[in-house]
Amino acid sequence: MVVQTNETETDRRAEPTPAARPSNGARVLCRALQREGVRVIFGYPGGAVIPLYDVLPEFDIHHVLVRHEQGAAHAADGYARATGRPGVCLATSGPGATNLVTGIATAMLDSIPLVAITGQVPQAVIGTDAFQEIDITGITLPITKHNFVVRRVADIGPTIQQAFHLATTGRPGPVLVDVPKDVLLAEGELAPPEPVQLLGYRPTIVPHRRQIRRAAEVLRAAQRPLILAGHGILISGATEELVRFAERTQIPVGLTLLGIGGFPGSHPLCLGMVGMHGFAHANRAIHEADVIVGIGMRFDDRVTGRVSEFAPRAQIIHIDIDPAEIGKNVETAVPVVGDAREALLALLDELEPLRHDDWLAQIASWRKRPASGPVAPTGELAPQYVVERLHALTEGRAIVTTDVGQHQMWAAQFYTCDIPHQWITSGGLGTMGFGVPAAMGVALGRPDAEVWAVVGDGGVQMTMFEFGTIVQERAPVHIAIINNGYLGMVRQWQELFHNRNYSETPISSPDYMLIAQAYGIPGRRVTRPEEVDDAIRWARSIDGPTLLEFVVNQEENVYPMIPSGGSIRDMIEEEA
Amino acid sequence: MEGVRRHTLVVLVEDRPGVMNRVMSLFRQRGFNVDSIAVGHSEQPGLSRMTLVVQGDDRTVEQVTKQLYKLLEVIKVTDVTGENLIQRELALVKVAANERTRGDIMRLVSEVYRARIVDAAPDTLVIEVTGPSEKIDSLITLIRPYGIKEVARTGCVAIERGSGSVAVRVEDAVA
Ligand SMILES: Cc1ncc(C[n+]2csc(CCOP(=O)(O)OP(=O)(O)O)c2C)c(N)n1
Ligand SMILES: [Mg+2]
Repeated sequence: MVVQTNETETDRRAEPTPAARPSNGARVLCRALQREGVRVIFGYPGGAVIPLYDVLPEFDIHHVLVRHEQGAAHAADGYARATGRPGVCLATSGPGATNLVTGIATAMLDSIPLVAITGQVPQAVIGTDAFQEIDITGITLPITKHNFVVRRVADIGPTIQQAFHLATTGRPGPVLVDVPKDVLLAEGELAPPEPVQLLGYRPTIVPHRRQIRRAAEVLRAAQRPLILAGHGILISGATEELVRFAERTQIPVGLTLLGIGGFPGSHPLCLGMVGMHGFAHANRAIHEADVIVGIGMRFDDRVTGRVSEFAPRAQIIHIDIDPAEIGKNVETAVPVVGDAREALLALLDELEPLRHDDWLAQIASWRKRPASGPVAPTGELAPQYVVERLHALTEGRAIVTTDVGQHQMWAAQFYTCDIPHQWITSGGLGTMGFGVPAAMGVALGRPDAEVWAVVGDGGVQMTMFEFGTIVQERAPVHIAIINNGYLGMVRQWQELFHNRNYSETPISSPDYMLIAQAYGIPGRRVTRPEEVDDAIRWARSIDGPTLLEFVVNQEENVYPMIPSGGSIRDMIEEEA
Repeated sequence: MEGVRRHTLVVLVEDRPGVMNRVMSLFRQRGFNVDSIAVGHSEQPGLSRMTLVVQGDDRTVEQVTKQLYKLLEVIKVTDVTGENLIQRELALVKVAANERTRGDIMRLVSEVYRARIVDAAPDTLVIEVTGPSEKIDSLITLIRPYGIKEVARTGCVAIERGSGSVAVRVEDAVA
């Protein structure tokens, strides 16, 4: 059988050498990206973007050839989370673009500044179902902050400027720029930048004084106040201000999953993570609080459980840059629209020192971390212990990415984070397969950092192909697979709520040592508690990627747990 | 549901391709119900005016408004629900008519609704009627027994009485 590929057939032409050619849309695009400070792009070529790849080597932009476009989007996302700079990914039209979708949605739900560039078929054939034509702006409408189709070379510069502006300002988010091939090929130059003017886009940064005063009044009167700090703290770089504010007002701080690292986990006022798998004392504090200050968080259902029973005694002060978040899920007594850091600075101006000794003592009396230990009842290796040792041996200073599942929650509970941007996880979308490619992006953005990807045996098999990219880039990512032989988090729900009907959750794995070997990654398998330290030390001694497989107790559960749609009264604290 | 009522929202949007798509996508995704939608040019070149009639309690409508504002092309959203509103919709209604019924229909339509007959064929009439949506609803109900063949409605447009205005000047919006 003759397989015909028509991808590049029609476009094949003898062309002069790059340098001899006049500037075209592709060069304009690269220059525009450079102007935005882009140094790394995660991408994958194809017919519609060949013109871009043709000129890319002329520019001082490092292109990382991923193994799947989903990996490009997650890597760009990880890069953005670790550096605070926007991440950029690039894909060809059609399947290249659709492969980005999960990564773009992940970035959308977690407010990550991501710029995705997709090739598109030439404008002359748009709308004809041409080869690899897909309506990617239509597809990504609900999962981007905004998206653009560039129709003329002259629009490339301003569009890229707008895309980066939108992605990084206000509530950040992914922006997609779709560029038809004829626009890349058309002749043109990059015009000087102009101030970005977007009629309908003016995020409120500085909060209203009156609202700040009202918030301060409510706080002054509070007996049992509590701060719930979210991702907005990290996005706005408000950690220092939050610490000052919490210390001055003696208000304890609970963290959302994405807020981890926004306030030092080992600070005496830190209660750790709240919500479904949050610490019991933290959720109790929510239940008893008379005032809750939500900062840069959105009271999502994993935090609140059943909304009608959430924080039943509390008045809520909600600070967020996105007005649509305020009043969306919970009733708010004092809405404050603005940047988290600006709001905290304004509150610091307004508030004198406060004390809540009784309240803090009360919370302290509830404090109990979920149990962990080197040995599970069966004598096997406990996953929590692995994370605890990882924390101890890395002195809590590594950047940790996770996948999604039980291991993610154990990492959140036991890898106490004191440093902003060291905790990188898919919270809103809960995307399995995120951990490995995200770690790769982190390593490229933060070559100075020690990077650990803590992933499950299920999730790692979703994006394992990026081991190839990690090796190719010599990205020093340590991969820790928590192998429990199950899609553990789903199995836990089946155990607790579906009569132990483990339907399709036992999952087999390949021999990870052979996989590691095939990729040329040094690997070790760990099955006993006493081998853990040694293996972690060994991995850390290697300059380059490593893989550790921890074969752990299969039926370990994550506790505490407030079942979905439940309240603190339904909390399961530990194994029955 | 308690507190659920009709709200009329006037939405000024930039006149660019795909804007309608974004607005409708938002409504679909978030499960907001839209009774009617009408779009046309506004007094400002480059700005279109959408009139949306939505059902919801105040909290839902507040969410709708805030979510609309998140769309880049949305310049201004005003909830104009209230006494002071002029609301108009245009409908063309094709109704079956024969020698026996034609006179009745024409009388009803012109005397009660001050609507016009804009086409008369041997077995049909086309009625043109403008007014608040309720008036059109009621006309349709009344002539339904004669046999309605087609109804074409524009959706409601609205403007406030007096000097109050939802308009923005593009220059103001930029400043
Ligand atoms: C892409 C995707 N598919 C399905 C799910 C649903 N899901 C959530 S956790 C989980 C199990 C993950 O298993 P594993 O990676 O082994 O991690 P564990 O829970 O065992 O630690 C599944 C299937 C998801 N979050 N993402
Ligand atoms: Mg597993």
